[in-house]
Amino acid sequence: MRDFMYRNRYLILRRLSQISILALFIGGNLYGWKVLRGNLSTSRLLDVVPLTDPFALLQMTATGNIASREALIGGALIFVFFAVVGGRAFCSWVCPMNMITDLANRLRRVLPAKAGISLRMDRNVRYWAAGLALVLSAVLGIAAFEWISPISTLHRGLIFGMGAGWTAIVAVFLFDLLLVQYGFCGHVCPLGAFYSLAGKFSFIRVRHLKDNCTHCMQCIEHCPEQQVLPMVGIASSFVTSGECTNCAKCMDVCSEHAMKLGFRTGKHNNG
Amino acid sequence: MTAPEGSEKMPERRQFLADLFRGAGAAAVGGLAWAGFLDGKKAYPTVLRPPGAVKEEKFLALCTKCGLCAEACPYKALVIAKPGDERPVGTPYFIMRENPCKMCRDIPCAVACPTGALDSSLMRDKDERGRDKLNINLAKIGLAVIDRETCIAYWGIQCDACYRVCPVIDKALTVERTANDRTGKHAILAPVVHSDHCTGCGACERACVTKKASIFVLPLHLALGESSDRYVRGWDEKDEQRIEDVSEETKTVTPRSEKSALEYLNKDGF
Amino acid sequence: MKLTRRELLKTTAAVAAATAVGMSVPKELQAAAKKTEAGWRWDKSVCRFCGTGCGIMVATKNDRIVAVKGDPAAPVNMGLNCIKGYFNAKIIYGADRLTEPLMRVNDKGEFDKKGKFKPITWQKAFDEMAKQFKKHYSTLGPKGVAVFGSGQYTIMEGYAAAKLMKAGFRSNNLDPNARLCMASAVAAFMETFGIDEPAGNYDDMHHSDTIVLWGANMAEMHPVLWSKITNRKLADTKRVKVVNLTTFANRCSSLADTEIIMKPNTDLAIQNFILREIVYNRPQAIDWDFVNQNCVFATGHVDIGYGLRPKIDHPKYRKEELDTASKESFKIITKDEAIAMGALGIKEGSRMDMKNTNTAGAHWAISFEDFKKGLDPYTLDFVAALAKGDTDEPLDKFKEKLMKLADLYAEKDRKVVSFWTMGFNQHVRGTWVNEQIYAIHLLLGKQSMPGNGAFSLTGQPSACGTAREVGTFAHRLPADMVVMNPKHRARSEKIWKVPEGTINPVVGSHFIKIMRDLEDGLVKWAWVQVNNPWQNATNANHWVSAARDMDNFIVVSDAYPSISAKVADLILPAAMIFEKWGAYGNAERRTQHWRQQVTPIGNSMSDTWQTVEFAKRFTLAEVWKEWKIDDKNTLPSVIEKARAMGYKETDTLFDVLFANKEARTFKWPDAIGTGFLNSEAAGDKRNVEGFKGYGFFLQKYLWEEYRTFGVGHGHDLADFDTYHKVRGLRWPVVDGKETLWRFNAEYDPYAKKENRGKFAFYGDAGKEIPKGDLSGPKGDEKVKLPNKAKIFLRHYIEPPENPSSEYPFWLCTGRVLEHWHTGTMTMRVPELYRAVPEALCFMHPQDAQKGGVKDGELIWIESRRGKVKARVETRGRNLPPKGLIFVPFFDEHVFINKVTLDATCPISKEPDYKKCAVKVYKA
Repeated sequence: MRDFMYRNRYLILRRLSQISILALFIGGNLYGWKVLRGNLSTSRLLDVVPLTDPFALLQMTATGNIASREALIGGALIFVFFAVVGGRAFCSWVCPMNMITDLANRLRRVLPAKAGISLRMDRNVRYWAAGLALVLSAVLGIAAFEWISPISTLHRGLIFGMGAGWTAIVAVFLFDLLLVQYGFCGHVCPLGAFYSLAGKFSFIRVRHLKDNCTHCMQCIEHCPEQQVLPMVGIASSFVTSGECTNCAKCMDVCSEHAMKLGFRTGKHNNG
Repeated sequence: MTAPEGSEKMPERRQFLADLFRGAGAAAVGGLAWAGFLDGKKAYPTVLRPPGAVKEEKFLALCTKCGLCAEACPYKALVIAKPGDERPVGTPYFIMRENPCKMCRDIPCAVACPTGALDSSLMRDKDERGRDKLNINLAKIGLAVIDRETCIAYWGIQCDACYRVCPVIDKALTVERTANDRTGKHAILAPVVHSDHCTGCGACERACVTKKASIFVLPLHLALGESSDRYVRGWDEKDEQRIEDVSEETKTVTPRSEKSALEYLNKDGF
Repeated sequence: MKLTRRELLKTTAAVAAATAVGMSVPKELQAAAKKTEAGWRWDKSVCRFCGTGCGIMVATKNDRIVAVKGDPAAPVNMGLNCIKGYFNAKIIYGADRLTEPLMRVNDKGEFDKKGKFKPITWQKAFDEMAKQFKKHYSTLGPKGVAVFGSGQYTIMEGYAAAKLMKAGFRSNNLDPNARLCMASAVAAFMETFGIDEPAGNYDDMHHSDTIVLWGANMAEMHPVLWSKITNRKLADTKRVKVVNLTTFANRCSSLADTEIIMKPNTDLAIQNFILREIVYNRPQAIDWDFVNQNCVFATGHVDIGYGLRPKIDHPKYRKEELDTASKESFKIITKDEAIAMGALGIKEGSRMDMKNTNTAGAHWAISFEDFKKGLDPYTLDFVAALAKGDTDEPLDKFKEKLMKLADLYAEKDRKVVSFWTMGFNQHVRGTWVNEQIYAIHLLLGKQSMPGNGAFSLTGQPSACGTAREVGTFAHRLPADMVVMNPKHRARSEKIWKVPEGTINPVVGSHFIKIMRDLEDGLVKWAWVQVNNPWQNATNANHWVSAARDMDNFIVVSDAYPSISAKVADLILPAAMIFEKWGAYGNAERRTQHWRQQVTPIGNSMSDTWQTVEFAKRFTLAEVWKEWKIDDKNTLPSVIEKARAMGYKETDTLFDVLFANKEARTFKWPDAIGTGFLNSEAAGDKRNVEGFKGYGFFLQKYLWEEYRTFGVGHGHDLADFDTYHKVRGLRWPVVDGKETLWRFNAEYDPYAKKENRGKFAFYGDAGKEIPKGDLSGPKGDEKVKLPNKAKIFLRHYIEPPENPSSEYPFWLCTGRVLEHWHTGTMTMRVPELYRAVPEALCFMHPQDAQKGGVKDGELIWIESRRGKVKARVETRGRNLPPKGLIFVPFFDEHVFINKVTLDATCPISKEPDYKKCAVKVYKA
């Protein structure tokens, strides 16, 4: 048991983080808890600190509307946090959709290989989607991704009522399970794309220690964004790609402590 | 970028252009579908927004669907649209027949809005000592309209349930008294809505006792006509304000006048 | 001709309207209307709700009420209705109708006061009910049992209950909820005119040019009458004036030319101000011919208490209640009271001992000079300062309004009708304020004439028809007779064919007294009929615990579960209005009958049937023996006399009172009921526990016997069949003609018969009184006052409880248009429920702000007696001035009568629901 806990320590922490954030939002609506109110689009921390999804803000700006000062401050706070500190951690530590897609990918591993087809898809689709979201926002005058985002649908649905929104969630789940591995989060999601770009230079980084590596390749096997680990077994280095979500799955599966979370420092930067 | 299989045969530059071309094509197709979908979602003209909502078009752009307004509503009257509700998903609205706006004097929903989609400054005026204060009576959620054919008060039934629940009673809703010519001994006391005071809170719609409400709230742009901006009521000093921003483009065209005078005279002349 | 649905509806309405005004309807339309109603049977009936008495038509199909419409032929409403009347078709079909008797039982199915309710048979219900009755009746006597009656009884139900209680059980402990509603009006009618009920009728609204409302929110409580008043105002907006006297702005204010917001209880001072203005400053306005010919001046005691418990330290009082309770014994005179009673030599700060609580109604004749002297203190300055209810209103403006009101009354050739309901009646001096409005009208000679008169409106559909005319009060017998009067008893005994001496001469317990008796263990068996006493009686906490915690047996007959049913031990399911034959009498003396339209729901049975069935359980030997009533009174055994009349000791009360030889002459079937049900006479398709009907026309028998009381005595009613052919008649109905203005020889055959000019106030109660002066009766000489009415002098006095620093608000309770009384019916009509789902606490916005509460927030409303939670409303239909809150009583979840005070008018015994002191704070 303890072993299981250890081997899933980051997974457990991530789930705790995702679930408690969700619970605080739900409690805010149902019971008036004042820790976190609103939802991931916009919220207030302790009824004072505004928090705004910077990508939503960007779309709103694209529509030609200037958001209120409070929203701008909230957007800046989130942006700075992830850009400077967390990297793309939003995707693996906050976003509730991660639990759905993780489940799909987990099932994909245990199901017989023929159960689903593995379509190949370009991981850059997401950048196109992000760009398109801004263009469409400008053209239509509404925040284009916010209007169809399955993330918002799921998150808001859990707080305010799901309605027919479960269909979108199931669609994402099936997409990941049957069509494209890591399909939504790893290929399509424009919000993920936004944080990939925004978090490229953040401090918290995964670091590979080549000396400990036994070349078992479990880290790459389990990584949802495998392309960020070209250095495994080759060089000790920080992961430099912004697409790494700091999910720390590689640490959970590495029995040799060849993967660590750490603060980026200059000297390892190009190691 | 991850190169598709077989790319090694192509020179890198051509590969890049091909990728770009393909990507742009896919984006165009996806974008059109996406835009079409969104455009359909936008078209719900009957939606009733919280007090202080800016114009619907701007509202849709500014609302981040955070739900803070709905959370702030002490009566849970504001509903967040779910997929399938036939309303822009995630945006707040009222279902007046079920749970109308209670017109809180401190307007917590509008105050809670972090993005300006709900603008509480639209509902501010001065109190008797000249201090700035919120005034929910300035809200314009919509306008109550009455179907006089089904309204039982217009039949002569002593109802006026709408009138008595109106938070702006005797201003937004009054009773108009007329003789009941059929009986000759009773008066008809019928409700009349006044758009200058009606906030569209929906208390009347909720209270109406007919099977389907005979008084109901519509968004202002649906409920109201618009008078000509080239005529001012001479007996109403304030009416001039209505056309303050009137355009200076005064030229008019009808099918009769679309040809120039010369064209008319020369081309079709005798 | 093809019609769409909407067109069809329009057509139907057009045909009904056209028929009403006698227009000819195109053949094509007529055919269409008939076709629409194919399979429906329309029959006339009466609205179930208020005292207005609107006629309705009821459509039945397959034994279900499928629709109602206002009856275009009904003179009161001419096809119109109010929002409650509009839903008559829905009131009997609430999902939780009581369908079978329910009793609190233990695991073995035996009665257990602490048990849970379980369905039982009628047989078992009556068995236990009779067993419990006999247990308490045999130990406590006729005083130990009681029936809470109703102003919503049909006339026959009330008559059956009165006959069983008074002639059968020899108990006068029968008192209706009408005691809570218009007892003060009755007492004032009796003291002023010697006969009950208004002189005028609704036509006054069309004839008058001045309508003064004194504590009557007609816009909500008598909406159809309000539309008549509105129509009158519209007809001549300049000439017709409407004045609204009230303690808070209400819906009548929007029509009123003058709105007078007064402080609670000060109406008496305002009346005296008007009288003073007339007597001192406008003597030419006095109609001396009228006064000399028809009136006498009178006054009574001032130290009559407040109708609270005589024992001011009663052990059941909570500590907090004692201060108010002590006022029943004495009070310290305030400055205002000292001024008001200046003519009596009463000084500020002195102690007034309440010496005349038991002789509160005593009064004596005085001279005009004494009358005038007594009015002297009620100057404009004094009364305006005392009575101004809105602290924000400038005093000068208020004075202007009072003067305007006096002007309107005094103006020669101006016709004035004064209306009132609960603002006057539910008042610690309710009888007095009623009397003072007559004083004004009599002094000016503006009474009993078309468009002129003081008009007491009733709240309930048959407060007049049943409670008053049948006399389901603790002191009354039918047709204005009383149990204290030996001649009245003798006459009643003769009509009832019971032995002389059967009727108990000792007045029974009034409504609140029955509650107190339950709490004191003096009454241990009570039956509630058509009524919800545990929700509607003041100071309810006491009565709820009395019912639940003491050794007694409470039976509640009702159609729906109510608070009273909750405290009961046995619940009997009652048939509702359209499920039985019946008759109501409205506020203008109009009696209206209807037929049974449908079979009652479930196993419910009519109240008449329940009363009559219960009578089967008692033999004469058990009830007509000797009973000791109190130290002074013993009821003799009348068994011997009964034998002499041909009765046997083993005869049951059913045999003697209800199924006697005469009753059986009323045959069923009867032509008047062809095609209609009669569950009592013939049973019905349900065959409830094998009941096949009594085989005779019980309701017709009860009616015909009942009307013999009034015929020839000023209360003449027509025969049963006539009422089924007309849209009601206003009594006295003499030679088939109704009477429009009583006491007026031009219209009233009884007044004409007296042959003394234009008027005769021929009522014969209290027409022999002592003479005296302001200080009291003098000498033994009595003056006879045949055909005269009394102009009273009554003094202003403060209520027993006033706002203080601890309880700073006045609490006023009342009704809303959408709901009927305790909401047992209307809260089950979905549309009405949605329109007004809960009772709100109306208060002034600044009071709310000061208390830190916002609209819609919950507050506690707490008095010395109890507290209740309600939501704050500072906008809308009622706008109280600072310092007053208004809470309606229809909502059992806002059980406001836990808070109210059980002080009553000491003469009428009607509780004051309009004022007590409360504090209000955020919940």
